[in-house]
Amino acid sequence: MNYLGRRLAHGILLLIGASVLCFLFADLAPGSFFDEIKLNPQISPKTVAALRSYYGLDQPTPVRYGRWVKSVFKGEWGYSFAYNSPVSSLLMVRARNTLLLTGVAALLVWLIAVPLGVWIADHPGGWSDRLCMGSTSVLLSVPELVLALGFLCLAVRTHVLPVGGMASVAFDQLGRWSKIRDLVAHLIIPVNTLVLAALPILLRHVRASMTEVLRAPFIQAARGHGVGRTRLLFRYALPAAANPLISLFGFSVGGLLSGSLLVEVVTGWPGLGPLLLEATMSRDLYVVVGVMMSSTVFLILGNFLADVMLAAADPRVRMQ
Amino acid sequence: MTAEQGAKRAAKAALVQVKALHKRYVQRRALSRRKFVVDALKNVDLALQPECLTALVGSSGSGKTTLANCLAMLEKPDAGEIWFEELEISRRPDHELACLRPKIQMVFQDSAGALNPFLTAAQIVGEPLEVQGREHGRKLRQRACELMEEVGLSADWADRSPLDFSGGQRQRLAIARAIALQPRLLILDESLSGLDLVTQAQVLNLLADIRVTHSLTYLLISHDLTLVGQVADHIAVMHQGSIVEHGTRQQVFGSPQQACTRELLVAAQVLESTFRTAQPRMRT
Repeated sequence: MNYLGRRLAHGILLLIGASVLCFLFADLAPGSFFDEIKLNPQISPKTVAALRSYYGLDQPTPVRYGRWVKSVFKGEWGYSFAYNSPVSSLLMVRARNTLLLTGVAALLVWLIAVPLGVWIADHPGGWSDRLCMGSTSVLLSVPELVLALGFLCLAVRTHVLPVGGMASVAFDQLGRWSKIRDLVAHLIIPVNTLVLAALPILLRHVRASMTEVLRAPFIQAARGHGVGRTRLLFRYALPAAANPLISLFGFSVGGLLSGSLLVEVVTGWPGLGPLLLEATMSRDLYVVVGVMMSSTVFLILGNFLADVMLAAADPRVRMQ
Repeated sequence: MTAEQGAKRAAKAALVQVKALHKRYVQRRALSRRKFVVDALKNVDLALQPECLTALVGSSGSGKTTLANCLAMLEKPDAGEIWFEELEISRRPDHELACLRPKIQMVFQDSAGALNPFLTAAQIVGEPLEVQGREHGRKLRQRACELMEEVGLSADWADRSPLDFSGGQRQRLAIARAIALQPRLLILDESLSGLDLVTQAQVLNLLADIRVTHSLTYLLISHDLTLVGQVADHIAVMHQGSIVEHGTRQQVFGSPQQACTRELLVAAQVLESTFRTAQPRMRT
């Protein structure tokens, strides 16, 4: 079996293992959605038992897992007790919002980190390098939560940016460009938080990889042949330094659904984060499993994408 | 006669004339104000005669590679002069060096690391020609194949990755790339170390051949005094960043003047005799 075939088989096995563990752990959590209903004196224990039976909660875990897998193949991903609808329809809307947020943030992080990392690696010890390293040290020590709260405080005091949500109340009455402007304004706080949280790690990785490659003899040889600085950095050094960055890119793609849960909750972005929090609090089992599994699918897809890109980019990986 | 005219005249006889070269590395540790200063080159004087093989020997850390890097314009010295073909090259800006770089080429010790793993053999050999705008397209590939054949590599291997070649073949590839631009000076930085004796001999023969066909001047950096004793016309001995002895092979090996040269020669002899006594035991 070739390299990519092995990676794909590995990914599928990982997905099956993750789904079993996900379901098992969610099921092991104490209590269920119907425990709160039991406290309502207007609902009889018989009705609660009938509801449990209707949703299959009286069945043993392996049977419920089997039914859930069947519903995944049907495209439903289980059934939400709280929303009384298939989980997939809930996930679709929320995942779209999350992807918009994390996609923009990831794009910005890469657009900033790669050229900046290459630049500071080419000027080691210079003022730009020291400034970037100092700033990233500070940013690394500040949690995402504090960054988000800082931005929210600033927005509340200055009234420059909207606080919370994804759209203004009168969004539907706005014209096309005003709608886009409104969406961008709502994106600024959560996107900036995510960018500032992810940038230091990526920037340091780009710098470290580039610094190492710039010392390689083939780079010295290329300089000796008269290759210009820009070409040397971006056509010679960057592809050679790309392997760890491609792996990180895989993680970036993998984290598109799960990397912003906390920021979404704090900034009120209607993505998967608040949905997961609500579902966990109300013990809406299949929604919790659905959110976790969709994040896992993205993580595995991201890693597989990284493997494909590594094999395409580096002949040494293909030879393995 | 001005000082510059005098220097030009002195440099005329030699292809390369190095004068009072200094290179210092300063390192700072994180969160510390202390500086670590290493004087890699101290007042180095050296002349390389055209079409001669000059060997640069010395213990590890004596500054041989730093001197080679300065000569190849990969590093700028802090002080001193480097004259190449009557031109002072140590203080020229990068854009002016671009047209001089083809004349001084280097073959590195680490043959695997010196070849871009993302390119094919033909692309590696043709790369300098493309960068200097001398060949393009089909002609570039044809010239790369010719160069490969000149160093004893089949043109059928043009599309192979450098990772598919053996150590000796990779070194041949590096030599083909280095001679592509028809340089005047070829710096061989420990280029033969790491190769087995048979491959070493083959590469040496190749170097001897292309020295004649391309009228090349060699600067061979090596630890192997036995090898140096066989091939070098001139020998320069480096010690702690300075050239302490420089002369013909007969002068340096016949009557070494400096203690460090004598130590190097004694160490080489001891190593050779140890190897000879150990060989029968290794065979049994």
